[in-house]
Amino acid sequence: MKALLRYSPLLILAIGWELVSRLGLVSGDALPSLTAVAAAWVDLVRDGDLVSNGLASLYRGGAGLALAIMIGGTLGILMARWKPVNVIFGPIVEIFYPVPKTALIPVTVIWLGLGDRSKILLIVLGCMIPVTIGAFNGARSAEQVLIWSARSMGADRIRTLWDVVVPSALPELLNGIRTALALAFILLVSSELITAQNGFGYLIGSLGDNGNYDAMYAVVLTVALLGFAADRLYQVLMHEMLIWRQ
Amino acid sequence: MRAMRATLRLGARVGSVVALLVAWELLARSGLLTPYQLPPLSIVLARIWSDAVAGDLLLNTWVTIGRAMVGFSIAAAGGVALGVAMSRSALARWFFDPLVSIGFPMPKIAFLPVIILWLGVYNVSKLTMIVFDSIFPVIAATVIALQGVERELIWSARNMGAGERELLWQIMLPAALPQIMTGLQVALPLALIVAVLTEMLMGGYGLGAAMMKASRFADSVGVFAGIVEIAVVGYVLVKAMALIRRRLLIWHQEAAEPA
Repeated sequence: MKALLRYSPLLILAIGWELVSRLGLVSGDALPSLTAVAAAWVDLVRDGDLVSNGLASLYRGGAGLALAIMIGGTLGILMARWKPVNVIFGPIVEIFYPVPKTALIPVTVIWLGLGDRSKILLIVLGCMIPVTIGAFNGARSAEQVLIWSARSMGADRIRTLWDVVVPSALPELLNGIRTALALAFILLVSSELITAQNGFGYLIGSLGDNGNYDAMYAVVLTVALLGFAADRLYQVLMHEMLIWRQ
Repeated sequence: MRAMRATLRLGARVGSVVALLVAWELLARSGLLTPYQLPPLSIVLARIWSDAVAGDLLLNTWVTIGRAMVGFSIAAAGGVALGVAMSRSALARWFFDPLVSIGFPMPKIAFLPVIILWLGVYNVSKLTMIVFDSIFPVIAATVIALQGVERELIWSARNMGAGERELLWQIMLPAALPQIMTGLQVALPLALIVAVLTEMLMGGYGLGAAMMKASRFADSVGVFAGIVEIAVVGYVLVKAMALIRRRLLIWHQEAAEPA
């Protein structure tokens, strides 16, 4: 009941949308009614288009993000703990940080063509930076006393890194990954809109080109809601992973 | 000692950037990669120079920066206004709170084809997309910042006879400024990302459009020239924003900390 009241503005918007297109205030092409969009969504699920393209996107996004987290996390932690690594990579990270990541799309196409690999590389390059910065800030804040204690109790360098530095870096690292998650969606959809043979972005583009606007709206809303759901799910996960800190 | 350290640090930074650029040139000349995959830096710089002489570079840079800044300014003003409205009126909060909490994490870029359908491929739709994408961090930062203003400050101001308007402009907003600035610092790179992207997808003038054109003609020197130009623009804008923050918050204790 409380949730219903809280989210009632969304309901009002949905009803408003339905009314505006039902009453013919705008053309049905520009804004198909919500019910028509829902019907198109059911059709898309039934004939498998939404699922097959969704899986293609999921593979690219998942692989890219996983690699970005592994590479970026490792780099950030090493930068924080070993000075030479920081001297070499610090300025490079600083230069690449403000580069608008979408500008990398044509570059990755030149390197790896139009298929999956160029999109995965794009997501790795784009999402790595926030993860690196999060891991770096987190690992730098690890208490030196804890590290000394671990060392004096006989833990070697790798062990100290894993048992002391990584856990203390976790909150900021997880925050960096959250930024990366949002970026991954942006990069995935935009690179698929520009060049792809399948995936959500491709599906949106081709449905739009064919004037099948009901279905195009259905896919756009699906992607938007997936992005929202992914972020919420991640927040729950993050909370679970940090529960030992309370 | 301190000055020497700073010089050393600067030297290391410049050194590592120079090393990166030299590595690019050497890798491109080594024959491991084709000139299509990685054209030498010197050739890319020559292209940027010839674009600059021809006037294209200035025009495209101007268009992209202008577009990003106009969109960013609308998002900044609108986002702060909406944030203030949400923290002062229960009605505004009831209506916008769920919209912001759902809209913020959504990949707004997916709505691009819808915006094109409604507004075409020209400036208005590009600006709409930039505002749509960059307004959310500003709203969220403003709401959180205003919530965090110390009660004692507000009570004292009220006690000393401040009206609602004075309270907002002279107490609440200045106290909230550091966090609002943080929101703006998130929004600015977003505005630039979306500006470049909309230019890539919709064409017209601008650095993104020029880069996409080069990509269509398999002109890899043009693509790499584009990424260097866009990277420089991004770097300058982000640094300028950090500088503005330092100037605006010179009275705040964060300015006293060594950066």
